[in-house]
Amino acid sequence: MTFVDGPRASRSLAVQSQETPTRTHAAPPAARRVLAQAAWETRVTLRNGEQLLLTLVLPVIALVAMSRTSLIGLDVPAGHQRVDVIAPGVLAMAVMSSAFTGQAIATAFDRRYGVLRLLGTTPLGRSGLLLGRVLAVLAVEVVQFAVLGGVAAWLGWRPSATSLLLAVPLLVLGTAAFAALGLLMAGTMRAEAVLAGANLVWVLLLLGGGVLLPTAELPGALGDVAALLPSGALADGLRSVFLDGALPPSPLPVLAGWTAVAVAACVRWFKWQ
Amino acid sequence: MPAIREPALDVRGLVKRYGDHTAVRGIDLQAHHGAVTALLGPNGAGKTTTVECCVGLRSPDDGSVRLLGRAAAETGADDRARVGVMLQDGGLPNQARPLELLRHLARLYAAPADVEELAARLGIDQFAATAVRRLSGGQRQRVALAAALVGRPELVFLDEPSAGLDPQARHTVWDVVRDLCTDGVAVLLTTHDMEEATRLASEVVIVDDGRVVAQGTPAHLTSSYGTSSIRFTAAPSLDLEELRRSLPTHLSIGETRPGEYVIAGDVDPAVVATVTAWCASQGLMPDQLAVGRASLEDVFLDLTGRALR
Repeated sequence: MTFVDGPRASRSLAVQSQETPTRTHAAPPAARRVLAQAAWETRVTLRNGEQLLLTLVLPVIALVAMSRTSLIGLDVPAGHQRVDVIAPGVLAMAVMSSAFTGQAIATAFDRRYGVLRLLGTTPLGRSGLLLGRVLAVLAVEVVQFAVLGGVAAWLGWRPSATSLLLAVPLLVLGTAAFAALGLLMAGTMRAEAVLAGANLVWVLLLLGGGVLLPTAELPGALGDVAALLPSGALADGLRSVFLDGALPPSPLPVLAGWTAVAVAACVRWFKWQ
Repeated sequence: MPAIREPALDVRGLVKRYGDHTAVRGIDLQAHHGAVTALLGPNGAGKTTTVECCVGLRSPDDGSVRLLGRAAAETGADDRARVGVMLQDGGLPNQARPLELLRHLARLYAAPADVEELAARLGIDQFAATAVRRLSGGQRQRVALAAALVGRPELVFLDEPSAGLDPQARHTVWDVVRDLCTDGVAVLLTTHDMEEATRLASEVVIVDDGRVVAQGTPAHLTSSYGTSSIRFTAAPSLDLEELRRSLPTHLSIGETRPGEYVIAGDVDPAVVATVTAWCASQGLMPDQLAVGRASLEDVFLDLTGRALR
């Protein structure tokens, strides 16, 4: 009994009639599933206009505008140019864009539309889903760093190999802290609230959280507070690494602390549905 | 297909509470390979909660769930790969394009279905590159069904698979479900569509208020709960009290839809005479008066009551 036009599939949809009734491995290895998910998420993110604005366009604008103009007064150490102070802050901005704001909004809407529920029932599972998302954030960051590094180099930025190496643990830990904080927001608040909140927090941290302006240049107590925020710790750490070629003691523990607290809060309060 | 096999799904004494509210109060349920089991019930009966407990989205407060011979709590990726799930809210990412999404999901399985073929079968090829957020409800339903089948599962959960579909798409979905069944797949579907349950299911489980109130083949249910019925249409909201008093008490009398009246039970010629005499006394013309076997809908309304949910 067919009520629709068009050819009916001749082959069966199910497994039993074609192959042996029981399969030993119905799912590919975990690593392949997670990588497939990460590749998918990376593509979706890089194709999304709003995400690109947040992760690439705005950081590039900030980098060029702040390096080329002196609208904002900056303390530039002797022997350095403006871009040397600006570029590390813009890298921190890029981490915040993709690990925190972009990721939180995407996860919040996936949660709202039941995507987290559905993928939880596939071989990927919940842990594979989260791992895939974090890997996708890292992949997008690689693209961001390549683009922003290229633009900064064109503006005259010449980081040393040592600085680049020292920046890696900061970037990784900063990503962990912001990704966990983003997940915490996405898993506990309504999607619309996350959309508004994650963008607002991003703007506030950029301006007052020690990202684009060093915490030392923020007025009064704000600077001391900002140095203890993940934004200030990450950006100040990156500026020290690139300006002085040395990793200061405080940023890594601050970032590790935020990561631990946010992960623990996620474990306790994150709701899948 | 071996003659005797463990049920693909075996639920016993399932209980699920949300705070003070008990959504599921001890449901027993089996689904067998090569058969469609319909979980039929009004809104809020506990159908979706039951499915969510079966597929691991909620943990039961009591009872046991076994899927394909294994306790639900112990299932891993390989077990999940053998179970297909279509949720009521769809669960499709808004930005994704249907065909790309299905290709991606296929990568999560070792031996997936042919994605192009599956998409063509469900008519998804007509909107393959349109973002999910621009699709109609019925189109999304079809993508969600394809997502449930892309891993070529042995057990499939379909939570209201034909809700919001036009008649053509509904029949396509029914054909697909029948084919799954022919191929030996166990299908558990929830519905409040009697026609769907009657046409597809070999076993119907009627749930109400978190409990199983009746269970059996559609034929068994209709024969054991009222052998026949009288139906007619007239003005809506008639006062049926007098008719009720003049008929034997074992008959159930009700207005299934505004203006559609059903007297179900052991209908004999005397009952027909009483009903038509009552109509005459009221000056009513019983339009489309028909005597016949009770339908699953009669049984359902009889068991779950006629109050709106």
